[in-house]
Amino acid sequence: MTKVWKRTYTYYFLFPAAIIYLIIFILPTFMSFFFSMTRWTLQDWTYIGFDNFKTFFQESSLNIGFKNTFVYAVVTCGFKVVFGLLLGVFLTSKIRTKNYLRSVVFFPTLVSTIAVGIAFSTLMHPTEGLINTTLASLGISGPDWLGDTRFALLSVAFVDVWKGVGFATVIYIAGIMSIPEEYYEALQIDGGNSWRKFWNIILPLSRPATNAVIILAFIGGLRSFDILWPMTRGGPGFATDVIASIIYKQYQAGFYGLATAGNVILFLFVSALAFPLSLYLNRREVDL
Amino acid sequence: MIRRLRLFGVEIGAVLASVLIFWIPLYFVFVNAMKDKRGASLRSMSWPTSNHLWSNIKEVIQARDHMLIRAFVNSTTLTLLSIAILLLVCAMAGFVMQRRSDRVTPWIGFFVLAGLIIPPAIVPTIWVLDNLHLFKTMLGLIMVEVALGFPFGVLLYRGFMGAIPREIDEAAVVDGCGGFRLFFQIIFPLLKPVNATIIVTSSVAIFNDFTNPLYFFPGSDNATVQLTLYNFMNQFVSQYNLLYTNILLITLPPLVLFIFFNKKIVAGITAGAVKG
Amino acid sequence: MVKPSLGKSGKIVSVLSCVLLFASLLAGCGGSNNNDKASPSESASPSVSASSSASESPSETESSKPQDKVTISLLVDNSQDAVNVAKALVDAFQAKNPNITVETETRPAGSEGDNFVKTRLSTGDMNDVFFYNAGSLMQALNPEQNILDVSNEPWQSEVIDSFKQTVSFGGKLYGAPTNSSMGGGWFYNKKIYADLGLTVPTTWAELMANNKKIKDAGITAIIGTYKESWTSQLIMLADYYNVQAEAPNFAADYTANKAKYATTYAALRSFEKLEETVGYMNKDYLAANLDSGIKMLAEGKGAHYPMLTFIIPTIVQNNPESIDDIGFFAQPGDSPDKNGITVWMPPAAYIYKNSQHVEEAKKFLAFIASPEGMAEVGKVAKPTGPYVIKGAPIPDDVPQVVKDMLPYFDSGKTAPALEYVSPIKGPSLEQITVEVGSGKRKAADAAALYDKDVEKQAQQLGLAGW
Repeated sequence: MTKVWKRTYTYYFLFPAAIIYLIIFILPTFMSFFFSMTRWTLQDWTYIGFDNFKTFFQESSLNIGFKNTFVYAVVTCGFKVVFGLLLGVFLTSKIRTKNYLRSVVFFPTLVSTIAVGIAFSTLMHPTEGLINTTLASLGISGPDWLGDTRFALLSVAFVDVWKGVGFATVIYIAGIMSIPEEYYEALQIDGGNSWRKFWNIILPLSRPATNAVIILAFIGGLRSFDILWPMTRGGPGFATDVIASIIYKQYQAGFYGLATAGNVILFLFVSALAFPLSLYLNRREVDL
Repeated sequence: MIRRLRLFGVEIGAVLASVLIFWIPLYFVFVNAMKDKRGASLRSMSWPTSNHLWSNIKEVIQARDHMLIRAFVNSTTLTLLSIAILLLVCAMAGFVMQRRSDRVTPWIGFFVLAGLIIPPAIVPTIWVLDNLHLFKTMLGLIMVEVALGFPFGVLLYRGFMGAIPREIDEAAVVDGCGGFRLFFQIIFPLLKPVNATIIVTSSVAIFNDFTNPLYFFPGSDNATVQLTLYNFMNQFVSQYNLLYTNILLITLPPLVLFIFFNKKIVAGITAGAVKG
Repeated sequence: MVKPSLGKSGKIVSVLSCVLLFASLLAGCGGSNNNDKASPSESASPSVSASSSASESPSETESSKPQDKVTISLLVDNSQDAVNVAKALVDAFQAKNPNITVETETRPAGSEGDNFVKTRLSTGDMNDVFFYNAGSLMQALNPEQNILDVSNEPWQSEVIDSFKQTVSFGGKLYGAPTNSSMGGGWFYNKKIYADLGLTVPTTWAELMANNKKIKDAGITAIIGTYKESWTSQLIMLADYYNVQAEAPNFAADYTANKAKYATTYAALRSFEKLEETVGYMNKDYLAANLDSGIKMLAEGKGAHYPMLTFIIPTIVQNNPESIDDIGFFAQPGDSPDKNGITVWMPPAAYIYKNSQHVEEAKKFLAFIASPEGMAEVGKVAKPTGPYVIKGAPIPDDVPQVVKDMLPYFDSGKTAPALEYVSPIKGPSLEQITVEVGSGKRKAADAAALYDKDVEKQAQQLGLAGW
């Protein structure tokens, strides 16, 4: 690069962002490695080595927590990809109510998570909630969606999908709309039907959108806390604990060092899954 | 003809499904916000026998010395300032990150990507803020929102910047433009579509943010609308009508924003995210 | 065309940088040790000395000019009752002391509130006076450093000893009671008892026999409200009188890591009793909250509700017509002659050690801890048990269900709940009791798990012997 361009695209442009980002995000992330090895009251700390990690790994709910975190991320991510793609295809086809449907699907994204949590907790009440009263009128006795340990996590995941599918859909709409017309024209000359259009053109060429949705939804799912907490608080018992809720509980109890150790574990867990996934998806993209 | 009929059938089905899946929860909140305490505790969908919406609104606003009003002021300040800073720093950073490529840029890219993936270290962040005397201050919370919103924003800008031809830069530099003039006078005005996307997505995210204020902005004077709702959840445990009224009130601002920017969301994401 | 986000060469670089980042993270954590060690202590000590010196000078000027208006701040939790009590106390106090204004601030209740208080104290901006739990929660606040010692205040002679024991730390007293005590035990519906010809049980076996008869009659025997998971702890916690009756040294041994729930028979019984109640609860016990539980009790839809007596004012307010149908008994033990009540102590008022208005704050505490103060409290919050201030009688017009508690107090058959006599209470107890109460975990297993949870708490508190 020439000198002129180096001067024009000067790194001074990065300064404001870098300062905020380094101090508020990168620095605490580095500090967390140290503080995770302390017993810590914010005022002072005692170095205790890896004891916090030992304690955290003995946490009775941690196994459930790892499993739940993974299941939750896979389930929400999977449904967001499938529904997002189908809705994206449907909402870019020639339909009259396109604008209405796009708005409606996107709307839940805008509503506050707690509000959604409160509303759905009520709707999912086992005896008086709307879902089960409706089922009952059809002669089906619905389960206790949030109380039964078999369903609770999936019920929360359902609400997450309900709220998040709009965003996935918008990404897909954008991806599908950026596919050049020539491809469709070529297909029409070959005489392909709409199934082939979906299978041979839309699906492969919207792969960048798929990748974006997978990465965002999967990472979001691994870190998820704000829908789950108002709805179940990790309960009943430990049945819907995810790593983030276990961390929050340690924080609430004032175990700051322990909470930070949990943070480090979550960091490693998410990194171990998300970085390879992101590399893998990008490689697939190039091979096309 | 048959195909068109079938599509029409699917469309009707879709509209009906949208009513069932998306309108009913909203309608549920709305009718219960109009009921009195006893009515709302039944958790039913029926239309209220008498309308209590106004008295409910009054009661919610007056609760705890008009806490909701303070919360609205706080949340609005937080959202506006965070967005303003976020737009500026992300656009500037995105500009350099897309245009430059040398040994340092992949590193920067990596740190940004890491920011999307790594969960923030909460207690150490509190500790850092506290030492900077920013803990429990509006400025501190704004900084947190900016820092956490930065990776996503900068990726959108970087993606969009790729669609702006370099010839524009070259012409400007030939005309004697420095980097800052080039950016602020020529490039920044071209970024409108992606600005709109960031304004909508980030302002909704920040306005609706619950976790960060919960951790970094405690205190009843400091309440944001989401924290207020969370506190009301404990306090109004027997008064669902007030809880739903509160939900209704705090959903209005994002709704208004949405109505204004609806079309631009897709446009902006088309331009940015996918190419990113 | 759409481009991938990183070029091929970019990808190799990013893999490398990923590896390098981890390496540098590890190196960074080793290298930053020394800096970290210096900075917190440096930043902590000046702020403490600064605020303490600041706190001395204003109080001197105030004592020389007593007519000046002084404003002190008060922190209470945001439950309606707490806010009402605070308001009554503040109004009456201000009327008596026109030169002092008390500004009330609210905070979240429950464990979020615990965290709120701890954070305030650790960041050095606590209110002058704050209402907070007595017992282990208060001991976790590091009282010597954060709370003003009020052992030598004249009103201490008015306070009954069993309360003092719960606000003491290292031989000093730190708080004044803000309300009446409360009992933990079993509410029951007298109509259902009369209809089925049942009598108040004095042993656990009798209670379970009653439960069975009630269930057979098609009525919900026990109201469960596990949506608010803390309510699931009641049977286990309210059993402490029985634990103490069988194992008098349990609290001390348990604190010293010498006694365990899993290996102390009397303590294990607490979990077993909870386990025995599986199957007797209402169908929606996992979705019901405290409020609906109170409603069920008042409307006679459930016969028993193991709960704290703080719910009595709510019943009086919402279902005044049925308050006389409701009675209360202590959770029975295995032997009829050892039948007593487990008592929860009221929250206490504390003075922040670095307060700038210590004299005014002390006056406020003296007012609270007087029969007069308790009378003001009684106007807005009906007592849920006897007061812990001598000379503050409970009024005659309290409902019978409160008076049901008096015989236990009169005969001295009371024990403070374990959380008031030991600083350790495992933070996961409520999740564990939900599991036991819903039949997901066996009592013995739960006791062992809870012992582990307790161990974690003790280690984090840095207690000796763990």
